[in-house]
Amino acid sequence: MKVNSPLQVYKYLPQTNCAECGEATCMAFASHLIDRSKKVEDCPPILKEGFKKKYMELVTLLAPEIREITIGTGEHAKRIGGDDILYRHQLTFFDPTALAYDVWDTMPENELVERVNKIQNFRKFYVGKFLKVDIVAIRCVSGDALKFAAAVRKVSDITKLPLVLCSLDPAVLKAGLEVVKDKNPLIYAANENNWSEVSELALNYKVPVVLFSPDLDKLKSLALSFGEMGIKDIVLDPGTYPQGKQLKETFERFIKIRRSGIKEGQKDIAYPIMAVPLNAWLVYKDTVTASYWETVLASIFTVRYGDIMILHSLEPYAMLPEVHIRDTIYTDPRTPVKVAPGVNEVGTPTKDSPVIVTTNFALTYYTVESDLSSNKINCYLAAVDTDGIGVEAAVAGGQLTAAKIKDTFQKANFEFKDKTSHSTIILPGLAARLQGDVEDVTGLRVMIGPPDSGRIPGWMEKNWPPKPK
Amino acid sequence: MTKKIKLSELGSLLGGDIEALEGVKIEGDVEIDLGQMGMNPQMAYALGHETAQMALHLMNISRILGYPIDQVLGGQQVAAPKKLSKLIESKFSVGKIEEWKTPIQEVVLGATSSDGGSRKSTITLGGEKSLPYYFDSPMPHRNHITMDVFDMPINMAKAVKSNYEDVINSPAEWAKKVVRDFGADMVTIHLISTDPNIKDTSPAQAAKTVEEVLQAVDVPIVIGGSGNPEKDPAVLEKAAEAAEGERCLLASASLNLDYARIAEAAKKYNHVVLSWTQLEINAQKELNRKLMKQCGVARENILMDPTTAALGYGLDYAYTNMERIRLAGLSGDTELNFPMSSGTTNAWGAREAWMTASPLKEDSDWGPREYRGPIWEIITGLTLSLAGNDLFMMMHPTAVQVLKEITQTLYGLKETEPLNIDNWITAVV
Ligand code: B12
Ligand code: SF4
Repeated sequence: MKVNSPLQVYKYLPQTNCAECGEATCMAFASHLIDRSKKVEDCPPILKEGFKKKYMELVTLLAPEIREITIGTGEHAKRIGGDDILYRHQLTFFDPTALAYDVWDTMPENELVERVNKIQNFRKFYVGKFLKVDIVAIRCVSGDALKFAAAVRKVSDITKLPLVLCSLDPAVLKAGLEVVKDKNPLIYAANENNWSEVSELALNYKVPVVLFSPDLDKLKSLALSFGEMGIKDIVLDPGTYPQGKQLKETFERFIKIRRSGIKEGQKDIAYPIMAVPLNAWLVYKDTVTASYWETVLASIFTVRYGDIMILHSLEPYAMLPEVHIRDTIYTDPRTPVKVAPGVNEVGTPTKDSPVIVTTNFALTYYTVESDLSSNKINCYLAAVDTDGIGVEAAVAGGQLTAAKIKDTFQKANFEFKDKTSHSTIILPGLAARLQGDVEDVTGLRVMIGPPDSGRIPGWMEKNWPPKPK
Repeated sequence: MTKKIKLSELGSLLGGDIEALEGVKIEGDVEIDLGQMGMNPQMAYALGHETAQMALHLMNISRILGYPIDQVLGGQQVAAPKKLSKLIESKFSVGKIEEWKTPIQEVVLGATSSDGGSRKSTITLGGEKSLPYYFDSPMPHRNHITMDVFDMPINMAKAVKSNYEDVINSPAEWAKKVVRDFGADMVTIHLISTDPNIKDTSPAQAAKTVEEVLQAVDVPIVIGGSGNPEKDPAVLEKAAEAAEGERCLLASASLNLDYARIAEAAKKYNHVVLSWTQLEINAQKELNRKLMKQCGVARENILMDPTTAALGYGLDYAYTNMERIRLAGLSGDTELNFPMSSGTTNAWGAREAWMTASPLKEDSDWGPREYRGPIWEIITGLTLSLAGNDLFMMMHPTAVQVLKEITQTLYGLKETEPLNIDNWITAVV
């Protein structure tokens, strides 16, 4: 992206504030173009006669340095690439690394179905949303085009997740493509030997394609050649070697490719990069060791520029850190992670339900909220405005105080006399030192909960309802 | 993401009167599918689509007329259809980062008898001239790991505790065990019993524990207080005196305690100061400046701990904070170009590391926690190693082993038989 402020973008807009884009002003729309929550095409007037030059210039200015490509169709389609920076504090990374887990065409059907379901049903609650995985990669192990096509059919029958079709044999890829030609799968891979046939497949079926070579001269030569043939939806696989010097060199290749694309604007190689942490299984056979090492590789290439990766282990101790490290790196550092302060109902609270106090830091609030609702605890949950700071830091930093707590209930018109039979609030264990203050300021009875909200259900069994005074 | 454009729109985009161009007549308003790759002229020709051919024709004319047509269509090259008979030769090259002109300060921990200490060997941290493991400039020293030892039994996650049950009452035995059995490069003795709210052990007593640990092992050590800002200066002073000349790392000087006393103790008894701030780059700059300018601590005696938050619990802050600090240091900020240390053990605070199962019924099964804990510690540490962290304070032996393996691989110490990965697709795993 060659622009970085709304003002720069504003110059190219019609400047009529007609609001057709859904924004009140062109300037507001401009800031959405910068943070990429809207597209130029969302402004109907600019598409009209008279603005074409500005439209064209703006599109060029806004295009990300790394090409953004799409795999799959519909609501599960995955976009990858699209980055403009090398370090996340400079803006934010776009299009989180797509996590693809493998199945293979020699699996018995029941195992195949079970594995696909495990992949598509994986979920981990985190800060108000579920972390999930994205793609099914189908490997042709049999070498048999018919068998591969059958596996592709089975998988596409039971999941809407995008697919990666993996084989170096163009005939096999073609057989798979015939089955899912409307589903925009990614094909893996073109290399030095098969590039001519695979390029034809990419053109004829209009699908994105992975180019493989650990030799960067050759990889660039492939990318350049495919570009010349009119193929631009390209993913680069510079080879993921799982150990030793070869792994060190793999790491260096990822850095080199991304640096050339973003810092040096080398368009010929500015494509998304694929990592294959699955290769850990080529050296380690024991499940725990291989899963650990695969997770290690996945983490390295989530931090350093992998846009899509192919993984094997479905062990929870591999998948949990994998989805979390991706979230860590792709969380937008520009947006404060807070929820609106106030008193919210969890489930259907009655007068005998507890009133629980927490902060408006999104991680804290959603953790507590989900611990309560998942355990079917009906209650009132008060999010105190701590400027989006968690419990412990807010107590230490003075954002969580007795006065703030009182204020939260007052603003919400929450009258304890009317709403509760007990006039009691429960503070987080980590805010225990506020107990006396809160009692004085609010006149309520104050109970101290456990340090971790995951323990609230057990704590409730022992401590709720409160004994009469 | 099929992009569609109406021929009439194309006409107007390209500049008004194109319809009137000789030999081209557009009837009706045909939609052209720009597809995944934007307009694909080869396909158009191949399929013989009339409208597509017409569009291509229009575009070619427009290009001749000087319209930046390729940009309109999302930067597509709309070259004439081309079939290659061989790959276009190419050479890849990329430059180094010019801004990285300032090396990170080198800091030596531990002192041998020739330097007035009793350690068998020393450890050097820092000296980097680029981000870790980058090709711009090789990393001069590998990462190191110091393992936690406590001066009293404490609460630990079950998976951690099971490794230390036999030594939990003896800091000296505990220290021996982590060096001998778990490959610790260093040992951290945490004097937590000195906290007035815990046991209020006296500084003199704490100093004795430090002496015991120094006798038990011959690696360099870290001396950690209890974290109580009132008590720590006195405890660290006494401990520093007992360990005179050993170049221990004193943990920590921070803005919320009398850091000047800790700095003084380090200077007087020849130790290194750990400058600890809480996830805030400006606070880190301020404390480092104060240690240098106000307290007169030499550059080669400062290490930083910008705070570690666990994976899923603020690692995004911790990672970016460290990366910014390292980039600033390399680019010339001499208040930030010090080696860094991470309390990687903090990873065990994450509920994913220690809880038996997810408290949420909606979550997929979390599986056995014995495997979740160590990997949580590994990934927390690994992520920070990529941001520039040099020294890791850790607890679980498996986590230590794996983190060593990966950081030393990226550093370039691990030789293995070359592996062919070309056929990963057909591998039976
Ligand atoms: C991330 C972090 C920060 C971030 C905060 C980001 C944010 N938006 O909150 C930043 C960098 C801003 C920060 C700053 C500071 N921090 Co800080 N920070 C941390 C860190 C690393 C993680 C905290 C966290 O996010 N935890 C996760 C959230 C979800 O936990 P939580 O909010 O506590 O919620 C849990 C429980 O409280 C409980 N719970 C919540 N609500 C309820 C309700 C009920 C009824 C119950 C029963 C339970 C319950 O369940 C939740 C889920 O487990 C911790 C160290 C650690 N623990 O790892 C230090 C820590 C909290 N920080 C600390 C300090 C001292 C500070 C500063 C004062 C430092 C300074 N000198 O400047 C500042 C204060 C800033 C301010 N308040 O303005 C100290 C607090 C020490 C203490 N006990 O007093 C800690 C513990 C570090 C330490 N060991 O010294 N910090
Ligand atoms: S639609 Fe376009 S012209 Fe109208 S307000 Fe939005 S940006 Fe401005």
